[in-house]
Amino acid sequence: MTSVIELEQLSVTFGKRPILKSLDGALNGRAIGLLGPNGAGKTTLIHTLLGFHPPTSGTARIFGQDITTDAKHVRATVGYMPESDSFIAKMSCVHFVRLMAELSGIPANHALERAHEALFYVGLGEARYRPVDSYSLGMKQLAKLAQAIVHGPKLIILDEPTNGLDPPTRSRMISLIRQIRDGGRARILLSSHLLRDVEECCDEILVLKDGHIVANCNLEEERKANRKFIELETRGGNRAGFVEGISGLGCEYALSGERRIKLIMQETVEISDLYRLALEHGVQIRRLNFKRDSLEDIFLKAMENGNAATNGRANNGSV
Amino acid sequence: MAVYEHLYGAYEGESHTSFSRFLVIPRYALRDVFKSKLFTTIFILCFIYPLAATILVYLHHNVNALALLQVNVRELLPIDASFFQTFLKVQGAFAFILTVLVAPPLISRDLSNNALPLYLSRPLSRTEYVLGKMTVIVFLLSLVTWVPGLLLFFFQASLAGLTWLWTNLWMVSAIFLGSMVWIILLSLLALAVSSLVKWRVVASGALVGMFFVPTAFGEIVNELFLTRAGHMISLWATMNNIWLGLFGLFVRQTGEIRGRVTTPIYDNELVNIALLEPPLWASWLAVTLICAVCVWLLARRVRAYEVIK
Repeated sequence: MTSVIELEQLSVTFGKRPILKSLDGALNGRAIGLLGPNGAGKTTLIHTLLGFHPPTSGTARIFGQDITTDAKHVRATVGYMPESDSFIAKMSCVHFVRLMAELSGIPANHALERAHEALFYVGLGEARYRPVDSYSLGMKQLAKLAQAIVHGPKLIILDEPTNGLDPPTRSRMISLIRQIRDGGRARILLSSHLLRDVEECCDEILVLKDGHIVANCNLEEERKANRKFIELETRGGNRAGFVEGISGLGCEYALSGERRIKLIMQETVEISDLYRLALEHGVQIRRLNFKRDSLEDIFLKAMENGNAATNGRANNGSV
Repeated sequence: MAVYEHLYGAYEGESHTSFSRFLVIPRYALRDVFKSKLFTTIFILCFIYPLAATILVYLHHNVNALALLQVNVRELLPIDASFFQTFLKVQGAFAFILTVLVAPPLISRDLSNNALPLYLSRPLSRTEYVLGKMTVIVFLLSLVTWVPGLLLFFFQASLAGLTWLWTNLWMVSAIFLGSMVWIILLSLLALAVSSLVKWRVVASGALVGMFFVPTAFGEIVNELFLTRAGHMISLWATMNNIWLGLFGLFVRQTGEIRGRVTTPIYDNELVNIALLEPPLWASWLAVTLICAVCVWLLARRVRAYEVIK
């Protein structure tokens, strides 16, 4: 199956400043989150995929089409919602979205129909005849989403879609993105500083740091894997015997303080086995948590690994 | 994606060709342009001179009308190359006014509202974007320059007969080419200014200034140095020379003055000095250079995002 996005030694340099450094990888998720600190190269990567910046070396493919040689085809299959305020002044929203649809190749009569549908879909149906410049920030974001989906693209690139939104509008935006993702007709590339947004919408993440990929993981699989981590809080009884018992079940464990035990469950071990052991050793289990790595943990781990890798590269360079 | 369903759906209908896609831009822009009453009024005024010229042509060939008005045909302007060159000059001035009204917001509005990423994330290249914007100006200016010019020419030909048509057929290319050079120069200049300045009023002012300031400066140079070289920096004079050249009316010497000259031959003597217009090739070169600079500026400014290196 063709990957949504394939990166092949993709490098982008502005003047003498390298921004993206030999990015390699394939992204296949239904909704891909693009994460990274400021200046990591997230926006540059998006702009390069859209053909705004030419790659210095290497290339990338969207649904198998090369971004340098098939730029027009690529852009015909992509819908883009920019980060900053972007609209065409002195134009009603429905005309603005219709113009964008026509520029994507949809004939005028169909474009008008699609513009109405897209605006109703994002919740701007009642305000569609108002000029976009008179909209509130939240409405402008929704109008940008409407213009990004009006031509029914296969990939929707959203650059900070919840920036500056109040909680209800943010939740509306997130629910729209999830709806599109679950519909399965379009893939999503979501760049955001807000880990919560990415966690709520994405099933795959790509973490960038200093123009390098420091993590590329499938969140679903990561979550499933994390279900095996368990944290126990115990009191009284023969703690040492209990811990030995855990070890006897084949589980790796770590003691944390006097009362806490962290362990990795084996596939053959059930929770009831832990309670049985506790009963045998007279240990009270006061709390049992499925300790799951949050996206924040994954992100911070990736940043640490990134630091180590950067230091490693620097050391190699100095040698 | 139906309105009542509120669901996202892909578009599976037909698409238009990528070649004609840039024409979407002028279609929307022209609708906006004609919303302005000021523009519509001036656009209508642009047809007063062609109407007067048509009446003049008609009078030339209608003895009854001449008799009714008690006018001798010799008192009327002759219908020749000079007539059509003057027509082009007058309509060229109107074309300039239309450009000042229409062109400044074309790119500047998109720049100030950050709309370029929206255009350029579509299957539309930067060249097509500029072509689309340029088509707005080219279309409007064509309607007031070569279109009425050619209609007038063929009206005269239909009244004067085939002999006149065959003898003067070369003027068709002079009218068309002369108009198109002016239109392309105006549109490129206007779009370049529009891409540099984000405020419409400033862009309009800059455009007017680019025509009048060098013209005034050129005239000062002409007066101070007893020359016509100042016409090289005047867009209007340069264009006038090109039109004269296309209609076969160009003469280099446009005046003579008496002045004292000190050269190896003359020692501070009073002699007749011929005032020579810059050669025609120099006018063509000036226009080409201006157009090239404008294209370069547009290539630099029309980008989805400005890259700070």
